[in-house]
Amino acid sequence: MYWINTIVQGALVGGLYALFATGLSLMFGVMRIINLAHGDFIVLSAYLAVVVMDLIGVNPLVALAVVAPAMFGIGYLLQRGLLNFTLGDDILRPLLVTFGLSVVIENVLLEVFSADSRRLQLPWLETSSIQLGDRLAIGLMPATVFVVAVVVIGAIEFLLRWTALGRAFRATADDTDTARLYGVNNRNIYALATAIALAVVSIAGVLFGIRTIFDPTIGPARLLYAFEVVIIGGLGSLWGTLAGGIILGVAQALGAAFDPSWDTLAGHLVFLAVLLFRPQGLIPKTFDL
Amino acid sequence: MTTVSYQIERSTRASRAGFAFMLVAVLVLLSVPAWAGRADMRLLIEVSYYLALAQAWNLMAGYAGLVSVGQQAFVGLGCYGFIVATAFLQIPPLVAIPLTGIVVAILAVPAAFLAFRLRGANFAIGTWVLAEVLRLIFTLIKTFGAGTGMSLPISVVRDIAESRTVRELVLYYVSVGLGIGTVILIFFWLRSRQGLALTAIRDSQSAAGSIGINQQRTKLAVYVIAALIAGLVGSLVVLEKLRITPGAAFSVTDWSADVIFIVIIGGIGSIEGPIIGTLVFFVLRFLLADYGAWYLITLGTLAIIVMLKAPRGIWGLIGDTFNIHLFPVQRRVRL
Amino acid sequence: MSLLLAHDLVAGYADFQALFGVDVTIEEGETVAIIGANGAGKTTLLRTICGLLRSRRPTDIRFGGTPIGALEPEQIIELGIAMVPEGRRPFPSLNVADNLRMGAYCGRKGPWTLQRVFSLFPDLAEKHSAMPPTLSGGQQQMLAIGRALMANPKLLLCDELSLGLAPIIIRDIYGAMPGIRAEGTTILIIEQDIQRALRASDRVYCMQKGRMTLQGRPVELTRDEIKLAYFGV
Repeated sequence: MYWINTIVQGALVGGLYALFATGLSLMFGVMRIINLAHGDFIVLSAYLAVVVMDLIGVNPLVALAVVAPAMFGIGYLLQRGLLNFTLGDDILRPLLVTFGLSVVIENVLLEVFSADSRRLQLPWLETSSIQLGDRLAIGLMPATVFVVAVVVIGAIEFLLRWTALGRAFRATADDTDTARLYGVNNRNIYALATAIALAVVSIAGVLFGIRTIFDPTIGPARLLYAFEVVIIGGLGSLWGTLAGGIILGVAQALGAAFDPSWDTLAGHLVFLAVLLFRPQGLIPKTFDL
Repeated sequence: MTTVSYQIERSTRASRAGFAFMLVAVLVLLSVPAWAGRADMRLLIEVSYYLALAQAWNLMAGYAGLVSVGQQAFVGLGCYGFIVATAFLQIPPLVAIPLTGIVVAILAVPAAFLAFRLRGANFAIGTWVLAEVLRLIFTLIKTFGAGTGMSLPISVVRDIAESRTVRELVLYYVSVGLGIGTVILIFFWLRSRQGLALTAIRDSQSAAGSIGINQQRTKLAVYVIAALIAGLVGSLVVLEKLRITPGAAFSVTDWSADVIFIVIIGGIGSIEGPIIGTLVFFVLRFLLADYGAWYLITLGTLAIIVMLKAPRGIWGLIGDTFNIHLFPVQRRVRL
Repeated sequence: MSLLLAHDLVAGYADFQALFGVDVTIEEGETVAIIGANGAGKTTLLRTICGLLRSRRPTDIRFGGTPIGALEPEQIIELGIAMVPEGRRPFPSLNVADNLRMGAYCGRKGPWTLQRVFSLFPDLAEKHSAMPPTLSGGQQQMLAIGRALMANPKLLLCDELSLGLAPIIIRDIYGAMPGIRAEGTTILIIEQDIQRALRASDRVYCMQKGRMTLQGRPVELTRDEIKLAYFGV
């Protein structure tokens, strides 16, 4: 039973990891950009929530209602004002610019907020739990995070598959020139993709901040998790991303059960195993890794 | 049909002048212990190994298209490899340095096997993950002191030389030798046929492939050489600091971020670029030493601006404006 | 006022100039064909009209009187010019129906709806959820035409419809033209297949090396005239 509990906890955390990965996946899918500052935007969202909570004294979930639109706007401006100029044949440019951005964000946060750890407090969510049967109890927090993850991923899938904007995203990713011929303003589309990606990141960031203590330097580790989830699940498939998240979460939970300091390492090793034996991931749609 | 006679020219007047200048610089560097203080020597040691790392990273990214954010894996392996060689295997330190380098280079092959399954940005993050795996593993190994690391045993330290002055002298010359040696090695490589292949890959991967250049082998060679250099730097880091922790050995900030910024700002894709970048880096560090995080904020912002406005860095701007090549790796046909 | 008027149109690529002062007039409701050998500049002309290339001066091309030489493709489709690209270029990630819906992205209203396109091309109706790589060459061409029609254009540009297709398929494709003309759409066809071009059009232009070398009604032009204009021998 202990093992089932461990696996379930890991799977629920996997929902959060899938959420981390969704934003990364969207930007990569539409623009072939891997945003190396992705993890730092997750942390930035948590800190924005801190600011909002301090300013108007609300709980983190209400703060999210402010942070998510703010991050949407930041994402739009980031793409339109900066990242659009890095697009082209040279892969170095978006890579190195987002790398620079990562360092800048991390250190600006250090300057403004210091290196002290924080946590977004939401006591009733953190401590409540749901009883499932007589030997399994799951925390309300992890369950909520998982449900939110599934809902958000479902919403993005719906957007991509059934809406005009989603078609425009896919068409632009396929063939930018022809998409322009039919009215798609690619500069705007790219910016919308990043805006949505960062809005999703902000949801992940706030939920993460409620769940874990954070400080300005933990961004890169989240980037690595997001990346691992995308590779395990398969590039270009959002449900694959959910599966990838669950796998990573479970791997980390099992590692931690073995020895608490083994959690991250266990996740990395599973990632390397997937890379070795099935580099295209679980549910691949695109093959150029 | 008449054949046109031609000559291949390698150097220009500017490059001959630059060469003379650099010869002078090298001689000055070699003479430093005679007139400079300990602190200055330490600084130059650091400059040397950052220069070596920068040249190596530039070779990978600027010529072979391999953007690695995981060189710290090999620096760290070099650190611990040196400790294993000297403290556990009782190998003399001066032999241990090159030996560690070679072992790290060999370990780079299976690493490449994994990492090369990814391309572009994914490759970059993949190398980062590999480095993290190593860092975490070493944090768990009790023999090496786990998270708190370990010191180089006194016996090993004494093995290098009895007196501290001589030790520092040895460390200085080995480091400077590594820095200069890397530049020379890369210079001659780029001048050679393999170097031409590399430049072709840099300019156009598909075109290079179509004329038969074996890119996978070339990329592997570059990756392994870069790992070798990183491994050597690792040994020197332990020699200098006399103690190591996994966090420091496998630090992404020290061995990747700083190096990447050096190459971006100085100029990717040329030998002169990383040299300039290293100088700029240390000047900035000196100027902004008291400002904590602002130092990295400045570096990062500068890197972003350079990448957007002047993608070939400071040297790109100078070289393009004045059409100078200090290191004559190009060939000109003179009819 | 002509629907499309290109006067002394100069355009090209970074490395070389492709159009050296081209004059083209297209009246509303017409079907005009442009023939010419490979490299004559036909595709460059179409790309300049639809905005993927800039002309030297914005006024080099006028659409309904408006200068469009400096506009972006996304603006030009809104004015009512839709292109059926050379090589079809369907979006590989979208199925047939979604490809067609992309044509309507610009929001122009008109007689062409998904249903109308399906009745024009029953093959597409049958394969509405298929992915483009599973379609035959002819079906992909129908898809590309249908997609352009979904934008309800005033002017339809067709680049090499017959390229790579069997004669019987080409006949089917061109068989759809009268249905399109009946809706009042003006059509500009680029073709290497001279016979097809002459049969399908009201007027013909011939291009050679970036210049117009001949124009007229198909019935009025002789074979020798066309050969001379096409090949220059």
